[in-house]
Amino acid sequence: MSNNNRPLSPHLQIYRLPLTALLSITHRITGVLLSLGCLLLVWVLVAAAQGAEAYDSLMAHLSAWYGQIFILGFLFGLYLHFCNGVRHLFWDAGYGFELETVDLTAKIAIALAVILTLATWLVAGAA
Amino acid sequence: MADLRTPLSRVKGLGSAREGTSHFWHQRLTSLLLIPLVLWIGFTVAALPADHATLVSWVRQPLVTVGMVLLVAAVFYHAKLGLQVVIEDYISSHARRTLVLLISNLLCLLFGIVGVIAVLKISFGA
Repeated sequence: MSNNNRPLSPHLQIYRLPLTALLSITHRITGVLLSLGCLLLVWVLVAAAQGAEAYDSLMAHLSAWYGQIFILGFLFGLYLHFCNGVRHLFWDAGYGFELETVDLTAKIAIALAVILTLATWLVAGAA
Repeated sequence: MADLRTPLSRVKGLGSAREGTSHFWHQRLTSLLLIPLVLWIGFTVAALPADHATLVSWVRQPLVTVGMVLLVAAVFYHAKLGLQVVIEDYISSHARRTLVLLISNLLCLLFGIVGVIAVLKISFGA
C-alpha cells in the first residue's frame, strides 16, 4: 500500500463528533420524533372536535407528570429543529460556511432553542 | 453544435423519479412557511387557558382556522418529505424501503387529512 496516510471516514465509535455533526444527526432524530409527536397533536385536535368530555380526559393526561415531560420534550425538540432548520436555510442560500461561523451558529441555535422552550413554558404557566 | 437547452431545462425533471429538485425545493418552501406559523400558533396556544371552550372559540376565528389548516397541511407535508429522506438513507433493501415509504407517506397523508378535518369540525361547529 503506497497510500496509507489517506484520510479515512470517521469511525463513529472512537471519533468525537464536532458540534455541527452532532446537531446534524440531532436534526434528523428530532425530525423523526417530531413527526411522531405531531400524531399526538392531531389527537388533541380530534378530541377537541369530539367535545369537551373527550378533550378534558386527554388534557388530564397531558397535565399529568408524563404529559408535562412529553410537552417539554416536544417543545425543546421542536425549537431545536426549528433553529437548526433556519441555519440550514442560510446554508441553502449560500451563507455561513466558514468553520468559525458554523460553530458559532450551532451554539446560537442551541441557546435560542433553550430560550424559546423556556419562554413558551413560562407563557403557558402564566396562562 | 452548442446545446440550445438552457441549464434550467436540463436539470428540470432529472433523477430516477423525474422530479428534478422539487423534493428539495418543497422541503425548503414548507420550512419557510412553518417559521411564522409555528411561532404564532405555538405561543398563542401556550398563552390560552387550557379549557375546551376557550380553545374552540379561538380556533373558530377565521384567520386562526386558516392558519391551523395551513399549519397541519405544511407540517405533514414537511414530515412526509423529511421521513422519506431518512428512510431512503437507512433502508437499503429495495422491497423493504418501498414498503416503509408507502406506509410513511400514507400515514402522513392520513394524519394530515384527519387534522384538517378536526380543525374544520371545530371551526364550523362540533
